Amino acid sequence: MSGYTPHTEGDIAAMLAAIGASSIDDLFAQVPAGLRPRATIDLPPGLTEPELRARFEALAARNAGGTGPAVFLGAGAYPHWVPTAVDQVLLRSEFLTAYTPYQPEVSQGTLQATFEFQTFAALLLGLEVANASMYDGASAAAEAVLMARRMLPDRHTVWLSRALHPHYRAVIRTYVRGLGDVVVREVPFAADGRTDLGALEGDLGPDALAVVLGQPNVFGVLEDVAAVAARTGAAGALIITATAEPLALAMVRPPGACGADIAVAEGQSFGLPVSYGGPGVGLFAARERDVRSMPGRIVGETVDAHGRRGFVLTLATREQHIRRERATSNICTNQGLCALAVTAYLSLLGRQGLRALATTNYRAAHAVATRLEAAGVARRFDGPFFNEFVVQAPIARWEALVRDGVVAGFPLVRWYPELDDALVVCVTEMHGAADIDRLVRGLAAPAARAASG
Amino acid sequence: MLLDEPLIFERGATGRIGWAVAEPPGGGQDGPALPPDLRRDDDLAGLPEVSELEVVRHFVRLSQWNYSAATTLYPLGSCTMKYNPVVNEALARLPGFATLHPLVPDRLAQGALELIAGLEAALAALSGLDAVCLQPAAGAQGELLGMLLVRAHHVARGDPRRRVLIPSSAHGTNPASAARCGYQVAEVAVDARGLLPAAAVAAAMDESVAALMVTNPNTLGLFEEEIEAAAAAVHARGGLVYMDGANFNALMGVARPGDMGVDVMQFNLHKTFSTPHGGGGPGAGPVAVRAPLAPYLPVPRLVRSDAGLAWSDDAPQSVGRMRSFYGNFGVLVRAFAYIARLGAVGLADVTRLAVLNANYVRARLQGAYHLPYDTPSLHECVFSDRHLQDSGVSTLDVAKRLLDYGFYAPTIYFPLVVKGALMIEPTETETKETLDAFVNALLAIADEARTDPALLRNAPHRARLARLDETRAARRPILRWQPR
Repeated sequence: MSGYTPHTEGDIAAMLAAIGASSIDDLFAQVPAGLRPRATIDLPPGLTEPELRARFEALAARNAGGTGPAVFLGAGAYPHWVPTAVDQVLLRSEFLTAYTPYQPEVSQGTLQATFEFQTFAALLLGLEVANASMYDGASAAAEAVLMARRMLPDRHTVWLSRALHPHYRAVIRTYVRGLGDVVVREVPFAADGRTDLGALEGDLGPDALAVVLGQPNVFGVLEDVAAVAARTGAAGALIITATAEPLALAMVRPPGACGADIAVAEGQSFGLPVSYGGPGVGLFAARERDVRSMPGRIVGETVDAHGRRGFVLTLATREQHIRRERATSNICTNQGLCALAVTAYLSLLGRQGLRALATTNYRAAHAVATRLEAAGVARRFDGPFFNEFVVQAPIARWEALVRDGVVAGFPLVRWYPELDDALVVCVTEMHGAADIDRLVRGLAAPAARAASG
Repeated sequence: MLLDEPLIFERGATGRIGWAVAEPPGGGQDGPALPPDLRRDDDLAGLPEVSELEVVRHFVRLSQWNYSAATTLYPLGSCTMKYNPVVNEALARLPGFATLHPLVPDRLAQGALELIAGLEAALAALSGLDAVCLQPAAGAQGELLGMLLVRAHHVARGDPRRRVLIPSSAHGTNPASAARCGYQVAEVAVDARGLLPAAAVAAAMDESVAALMVTNPNTLGLFEEEIEAAAAAVHARGGLVYMDGANFNALMGVARPGDMGVDVMQFNLHKTFSTPHGGGGPGAGPVAVRAPLAPYLPVPRLVRSDAGLAWSDDAPQSVGRMRSFYGNFGVLVRAFAYIARLGAVGLADVTRLAVLNANYVRARLQGAYHLPYDTPSLHECVFSDRHLQDSGVSTLDVAKRLLDYGFYAPTIYFPLVVKGALMIEPTETETKETLDAFVNALLAIADEARTDPALLRNAPHRARLARLDETRAARRPILRWQPR
């Protein structure tokens, strides 16, 4: 009925004859008879394509995407324009419907694009090498901790900045659960919204394995990575940074240049829609000398039998299909198509476009922060920020705004009980002047609102 | 096909702009500048400066160097490279899905939540299990989650246990996934028929074993006939049964893991449920469990009340999170569309015809290629290169020569229980004519192996590149382009 299976009655008869079976049922003779009747599928009948479209359009219409409310949300997923050319590249069937490039001679498209992706990831994060991608930023951060564990096997305590996105902290905790011997502790944040350097210095003992912090962190605040790296390095531990909004790195000094040993990022900002939180793609970079401890697929350059440049999956002896239970990771594939989106996006924007877009985001967010401050809505933290910041405003005002069709950021109390009436607000190139006016007017203190008429 | 295409970093010219960015709203009103010690000072040196056409042409050219399931039969065993319906691409791009931010209040995401609830219910129905979590981003992450659930179950009983039994015919990622959860892996050998004997499981089973981690059908394409007895032996000593669901395309409407005694399993939506493989992701690896394991599932959990569907973090025994937000939602949209389009009858037909296609290929190749296990198989079949060895050619040579005939190669040298394995999974979406052409190519290659073995050993001849020097790549790694 669907047209997805092509068999005619004649095909089936001819194939059964070649097999020597009298019916398709006979092919399942080795399945215990007791299991078969219970397996009858209890699902509705199939839909035609128009019915399917209508049903999914109705579901999509019940969401706040598209032309719905004005949404000033970031906090781990960032609304940016996806150039049509990028999505068109993703729709190329040759990329879309291929798999892991096991046969490199007929997979050079995927392999070369992945090599380019690794270059972009290393350039942006300011480190020497990068892998072919991870599932998302959070699981990449967790894999970074496991890599640190391989590099420093005698140390066991991981320090997570409390200003690191809570999803990232949660995934790290889940991933080290199985190891049994890793202790996870948290470093508080200071009044400026940055990781508390003083507290960190006191905490780092001889058992410190790594310090993990966001750049920018979950409050949108830019950390002093170099200062943290200096203290972490002095204690003999590794520093890992995790970046949820990598567009910031177009203007902010990259983690590698600040002394980070491993830097990871969520790549969704670069060419992927927010898509209710997934799929995204994890960028993962490290120093060249540590590459054999790195998880995930890696593509390398080589030559073919005639000396022509080509690309292959390499350093596979780290991987699960060869090392089995001794592998550096159980990760099997990467996020191929999402890595391709990042590659196409960064190619298209290029050096100038990326810099210009970062500047636009920075200015737009700072302009909104300034207007809010003038309207009596103060910033909660005074640390430097990129396109996201925390303001102090009553939750009732946020709720009233949602009813009016503006989602004025994310109420942090859900993640930080002590941060009541704090909203983390994100402004990007996607936010128009009219929506920004509604945001500022709606969040403004009543006195300021009355004053501005 | 043979046009050369440099790296994108080797294209373009300084000052060329591929993408113009609009001025910020408010006319470029500036904020305070970043403190100098935070400022990037390399001016993004190394990033390309290319036009939109250069970018489009670059990637279109690269795409032409790929074989893919849309261009040719892609018979990778255990990967289920079936047709990826194009309508699903359009549905995942509906603005109500694609531009939906994951942190909007739940009442503004009811359509997405209904879709998630619908997919959870469909996978529960197909598996015969009680609860489903859609969060894992891939099959391997689903395995990892499944084994974390196993561990949480035992820890809650005060007896974490140490070992996991894994048959030699299991999926390749299983040992690494179990090791990630702190378990020692104990391999259980398959018997002469390629099957897992329940007696061997019972003999290996004791109170130190947390779980049996079994792939069914196994990587030889064989249904584990003694799975119920094996599961009973595991349960009798307090263990759990994990099933790798990578091969679920062979089971829909035929047998439910829950009825076999399986306690926890992962699905691979990019295999059975047709979401595109994307050159290696994004996939999705949902996990289904029996009710007693449900309290350990990741947060947040979807709950239904009078006010509608909502996410809840109220799960004190949860293992935590596997990733940010709720999973690869865009992949879930495509998989649910596939299930809704096919319905109960269509999904049962998928399995029946996938098994018919694999058995047809097996019947036609038997004799020309060595079949190490002649036990009746389901959705895939595994041959070896033993019949060809006199001519000095190997599985690798057969695989490379197949590329010249316009087909992707099967999975090779896996499973490890077969020396020189060729693991073929044609899937249900291929026509008899395509299968005949594929079989005829393999038969011709078997002849060539005798008459002209060098033709195979030097293959491929018609691909963009000849064989690549993988040793050189590993010995002197060049892992990125370097600015001059």
